[in-house]
Amino acid sequence: METSLALILILSPFIGFLYNLFAGKKTREISGIVATLAVTVSFVISVYFFQQVYVSKTPIVVHLFNWISLEGFTIGLDFLLDQLSLLWLLFVTGIGALIHLYSIGYMHDDENKDRFFAYLNLFVGFMLMLVMGGNLLVTFIGWEGVGLCSYLLIGFWYKNQSYNDAAKKAFIMNRIGDLGFLIGMFTLAHIFGTLDYAHMKAGFSLASLTSPTVFAGLTLAGVCLFIGATGKSAQLPLYTWLPDAMAGPTPVSALIHAATMVTGGIFLVTRMGFLYNVIPDVQLLIAIVGAATALFAATIGLMQTDIKKVLAYSTVSQLGLMFLALGVGAYSAAVFHVVTHAFFKACLFLGAGSVIHGLGGQQDIRKMGGVKSAMFVTYVTFFIATLAISGIFPFAGFFSKDEILLSTFEHNKLLLVIGSLASIMTAFYMFRALFLTFFGKFRGTEEEKHHIHESPKTMTIPLIVLAILSTLGGLLGIPGYSWISEYLAPVLPAVSEEAHHLGAMEYTLMGVALVGAIVGIAIAYFLYLSKKNVPSADEEKEGFGKVVYNKFYVDELYQAVVVKPVYALSSLFTNVFEKAIAYVVDGIGSLTGYISTQARLIQDGSIGTYLVAFVVGLCAILTYLFIL
Amino acid sequence: MNIVAVLLVLLAGVVLTFVSGNKLAKKSALFFSVLTLLSSICMLQGYLGGANVGAAIPWVSYPHISLSFKIDGLALAMVLLTTVLTPIIILTTWNKEIKNAKTLYSLILFMSLAMIGTFTSSDGLIYYIFWELSLIPIYFIILVWGNGEFEKRKKAVITFFIYTFAGSLFMLLSLIYLYTQAKSFSIDAWYSLKLPVETQYWVFAGFFLAYAIKIPIIPFHSWQASTYQKAPAYGTMLLSGIMLKMGLYSIIRWQLPVAPAAAECFKYILIGVSVAGVIYGSIITLKQRNIKRFLAYSSLAHVGLIAAGAYTLTVDGLRGAVLQMLAHGLVIVGLFYAADIIYKRLGTANIDEMGGIKAHAGKFSTAFIVLVLASVALPLTFNFIGEFTVLYSLLQVNLWFAVVGGLTIILGAFYMTRMFQHVMLGEASAKPFFDLTAGEILVFSLIIGLVILFGIYPQPLIELIDPAIKEIVKQIV
Repeated sequence: METSLALILILSPFIGFLYNLFAGKKTREISGIVATLAVTVSFVISVYFFQQVYVSKTPIVVHLFNWISLEGFTIGLDFLLDQLSLLWLLFVTGIGALIHLYSIGYMHDDENKDRFFAYLNLFVGFMLMLVMGGNLLVTFIGWEGVGLCSYLLIGFWYKNQSYNDAAKKAFIMNRIGDLGFLIGMFTLAHIFGTLDYAHMKAGFSLASLTSPTVFAGLTLAGVCLFIGATGKSAQLPLYTWLPDAMAGPTPVSALIHAATMVTGGIFLVTRMGFLYNVIPDVQLLIAIVGAATALFAATIGLMQTDIKKVLAYSTVSQLGLMFLALGVGAYSAAVFHVVTHAFFKACLFLGAGSVIHGLGGQQDIRKMGGVKSAMFVTYVTFFIATLAISGIFPFAGFFSKDEILLSTFEHNKLLLVIGSLASIMTAFYMFRALFLTFFGKFRGTEEEKHHIHESPKTMTIPLIVLAILSTLGGLLGIPGYSWISEYLAPVLPAVSEEAHHLGAMEYTLMGVALVGAIVGIAIAYFLYLSKKNVPSADEEKEGFGKVVYNKFYVDELYQAVVVKPVYALSSLFTNVFEKAIAYVVDGIGSLTGYISTQARLIQDGSIGTYLVAFVVGLCAILTYLFIL
Repeated sequence: MNIVAVLLVLLAGVVLTFVSGNKLAKKSALFFSVLTLLSSICMLQGYLGGANVGAAIPWVSYPHISLSFKIDGLALAMVLLTTVLTPIIILTTWNKEIKNAKTLYSLILFMSLAMIGTFTSSDGLIYYIFWELSLIPIYFIILVWGNGEFEKRKKAVITFFIYTFAGSLFMLLSLIYLYTQAKSFSIDAWYSLKLPVETQYWVFAGFFLAYAIKIPIIPFHSWQASTYQKAPAYGTMLLSGIMLKMGLYSIIRWQLPVAPAAAECFKYILIGVSVAGVIYGSIITLKQRNIKRFLAYSSLAHVGLIAAGAYTLTVDGLRGAVLQMLAHGLVIVGLFYAADIIYKRLGTANIDEMGGIKAHAGKFSTAFIVLVLASVALPLTFNFIGEFTVLYSLLQVNLWFAVVGGLTIILGAFYMTRMFQHVMLGEASAKPFFDLTAGEILVFSLIIGLVILFGIYPQPLIELIDPAIKEIVKQIV
């Protein structure tokens, strides 16, 4: 019963994919409905399993069959439904279903929408596999699979080559991380002789840690898996694909590049928490990378003028905060933020999509403004989500962000400062985007102005649901009584500091964070509402502003340091090495030919030559025999 | 049904196809290749049922040579690869106008026969005869039915012939030397020879030259790209899909177990060279503009990894290598077929002159992307199983081998997505490109079906080859 239900849970999106792939052309008009239903089925079953495990507190394990054999052990196609995976399942399928519904409206006029929904279903299927994997290898199937779908969906409008470039970049950057994942996995397989989460955890006796080689191996595995996580979750130095990924249709940005896939890295590190807990050096590395990414991306976000790019950098930044939490061992805080972020960031992206839809494709916030009256639902929901991401009480982001900052406070004051700074910047640039989009006067063309309209119901209903979740999501983790940390406790490594005692220090910290956010908002208000500033055109930027606007030239750096040299090497190999090898081989061939030609000349048929040869030979033999 | 019956079916096919005349040749060849496939499946059933499907027929009493074939799971896997791919390759020629068809199709069947003989013979001299026999049909296939100017083609194919033939002569020296030691050509007698280490070096080196050229392993690959380019599509498929596996298979069957001490001694160098080939091939692939040369170099990278797996001398390495041979065979045939379809429709093999095909041909695009993804070893494709296993075996030898070899997953993604973008994506091309015909869909469905099936459920194959591999590893260590 449980096995077949779990199978339906995971197969339902794959069936939707196959249906739309093969039959979608003929039934294009219902392709969206089929896809939405497929994900809804998974959501309903996830709710059932969630309730089961919530009551019984025992994880459900499903073994389908043996998959790959390695010497000494066999890796099965196994699924694990425990508290951690079920939480992820709930929001992946729940938000997934909402975004599918939204896409019915958003992609209504696209000629290839059947293909779009096929890919979207395929994505959900692989995401479920990532989350439900009972061992690292099954997680890896999902991991690579979602990367593939991300590639297919970023380049969905394949006639535009710059979109294709973005898709290709995402795929390759992710693959760099995937190599890390693979090596980490191999190292663990080598040490433990299994990749099964439960078995690895069980085989994790402290005795083995005293051996320096094992410890080195674990450290290596931890670092490598984290490299994988930086690829998937767009952290330094592998984050550059995510902003480019905004080339995909906006529902894709909401689902894949904000709410679900990019949290894969956080899932992985949380899943492997038992490993990271014994390698504190790597934990510190994670915290530093997370904090640095949070600040770095927030800085770039300050200057972006494309509404989706603003949201993309804010995603990178928020993911950084989550890694910061993981690095300081606050797993449940990180997961909490994953969930609330999924709510409000999906809401923001879908809201942005609604505006873009209403303006006939315009994404530049300098050419928006004043659309709040025409798009009231979009405006209100976007506002709520902006309050949530800025960490304003009592919206969801306030609680989860606070949890992260509190945990960081106990570990590392410097990282706390960096994290807080990133949060203040977030409040600023998010309100900047909000003000420039919805307030003031409309700055676009007359034609666009006539076009402005509120989106259809299939699009506004998901917005409303997500806005409600962004408002109430904080209830999952009220300081002092955190449901989420209690719920996750059985699957997370035991951390003594998890439960915060609410003292004066903590309240002060909360207050400071709140004041910081308000200051950020106030600056945005002052600049963009009272003074009615509009960010300047690209060519007018100078100095540091120009550097920030151009994203610190990181893409250019990678191009110069990695891509160009590889091409140069390719030319060198093709033009020099290949020719040299061919030359030597041909040379040996010609040399043989030459020698045989020369040798042939000796046999010219003249008796004289033979006699000379005979005499010379005879002399040589006699000399050899008698003299030497 | 035993191996002799399978070979006889093919032999009958060779003769009857030639006799049937140009009009019927294609159908006759397809019929006999499918019949061979069926009989090889019967042989598999017999083998799994515990029957002896090998054979030993005394031939020459002095020197002692016997027509002996020993069938284990490993040989069977390779036979099945050949018998599955042969009808598929014949199907890819279905809509082509082929002059002198009766000769071509009987040559294809003849080549299939020689390759199956190579994979199954357990007598050193018979093995050598089959090995060299397989060279003759492909020589004529390229020379007579190939692309481009005759003179250039002739030069390429002669280079290929002489080069591989010269390599094989060194192997023959090793084989003769082994005969003088064992007083027999039987592989079992050679396995139980305990040669002194110094002698093993020479035997090993003789084998190595033949295999390194055939596979090819860098720097012995200079014949490959031009030969692939000049060969007709089906010739390239025969070469890359099956024939190069003769070299890889022979490493596992002949070279390693006969000279194990030498293998152990040269292990690191050989893995190093093979892994270097992965990087070298991948990086060169990036800049190739001719799609057949592109695929040739990408294949060079992939077989480098297979060779590296074989030279680890571990069960994982050998198992991964064998699985990857099968996967690579299927996928490379599919990719060359895709290249051929583009060439037929557009009249060019230059990637720069392509683009915008997807907008015309959705089905073709889907088939092509699946093959591209299999080629970059995405999980749930057959190629992932082998690549994963090989990379794991490399890590057990040395971390850096795995890291450098693993770069293939990044570089492969790089050149493959780049090629796909240039060939398929972008604004619809001005030149119309009609989508796949029913016959073409059949070919792609067969290949993709197998690639996905064994990607999801490879256990039957693993169980088939494992006993043979463990036997060989026991022999080596």
